[in-house]
Amino acid sequence: MKAGVVVFPGSNCDRDAAVTLQAVTGHPAQMIWHGDSDMPDCDLIVVPGGFSYGDYLRSGAMAAHSPICRAIVEKAKRGVPVLGICNGFQVLTETGLLPGALMRNASLRYICKDVTIRPERTDTIFTSGYEPGKAIRVPIAHKDGNYYADSATLDRLEGEGRVAFRYCDEDGHVTETANPNGSQRNIAGLYSESGRILGMMPHPERLADEMLGGDDGRALFQSLLKSLH
Amino acid sequence: MKARVTVTLKTGVLDPQGKAIAHALGSLGIDGVDDVRQGKYIEVELAETDPVRAKATLERMCKELLANPVIENYRYELEGA
Repeated sequence: MKAGVVVFPGSNCDRDAAVTLQAVTGHPAQMIWHGDSDMPDCDLIVVPGGFSYGDYLRSGAMAAHSPICRAIVEKAKRGVPVLGICNGFQVLTETGLLPGALMRNASLRYICKDVTIRPERTDTIFTSGYEPGKAIRVPIAHKDGNYYADSATLDRLEGEGRVAFRYCDEDGHVTETANPNGSQRNIAGLYSESGRILGMMPHPERLADEMLGGDDGRALFQSLLKSLH
Repeated sequence: MKARVTVTLKTGVLDPQGKAIAHALGSLGIDGVDDVRQGKYIEVELAETDPVRAKATLERMCKELLANPVIENYRYELEGA
C-alpha cells in the first residue's frame, strides 16, 4: 500500500501519520507539499492533523482551497481512499467531500486527552480490524471538534450508515458524559457516501504503538493495508 | 470600492461563544441581555467600480470562502453604492 501524507504549513501530525504508516505497511509514506498541484499515484491519501494556515478564517477553510486540495478532491471522486484526521476532517468538510461542519467545542476549551470511541461498522476498509460495538481508546487534541449538521442531514447520514465512530464510555455505551466536545449525536467520525473517505477528530495514528501507551489506533491502518494491499 | 461583509451563524446553530459573552456581560452587572450571537466582520477593498459587478464578485467570495454555508449566513454592503 502506497500512502501519501499531505503537508500544509501548520500541519503537525503529518510525521505521526508517516511513522505509523511505515510501521504498519513497511513502506515509507510519500510526503506531499500543499503547494503541489499534482497528486502522485497512491493507494491512500492522508490529510493529517494540525493547524493548517493557522486555522485562519475557519479551521480547514484555507487548506480546502490550496492547489493540492483540488487534486485530492479529484482523486477522491475517482475512488482513491482518503483519511482525514482532526484538522484533516475539518479540511474534508470544508472541501465538501464530507457533510456538516466542525464548530468550536461546547466548552470553548482546547481538549487534549484520551477518549473512548466506538466503531459503528466493522465492514469498511477503515474498520475491518475492529470488533463490533467494542470501544477503543484514542487521543483527541482539538478546539474545533464539535460536529454539526442539520437534523435532516444527520438522519440521512445515520440511515446510510455513514457514522464511522461515536464517543462512548469504556463499555461502548454512547452517553452524554462521554461526549467531549458537544458533537451532535456523539459523532466522532464520518464516511463519505462511497465509504472510501473517512474523516475523524480522534487521532488513531498517535496511539498505534504499545511503547506510547496503547495501540488501539493501529488496527485502522492494518484494516486499510488488508483492503488496499 | 470598499465592501463590508458580515458573517453570522444560522438560526438554530448553537453559539457557545455568544453564550459565554452573554454570561460575561451578566457578571459585569449589565442586565437585560436576552441573547448574544457572535459573528465575523470582514472589510474588502475592491478594484471594481461597477456596483453590479462588485456584488457578483462578493457573492462568489462569500459562497466559496468567507462563509461556510452549512452553518453561516452572510450579508454585505458596498460603500457608496
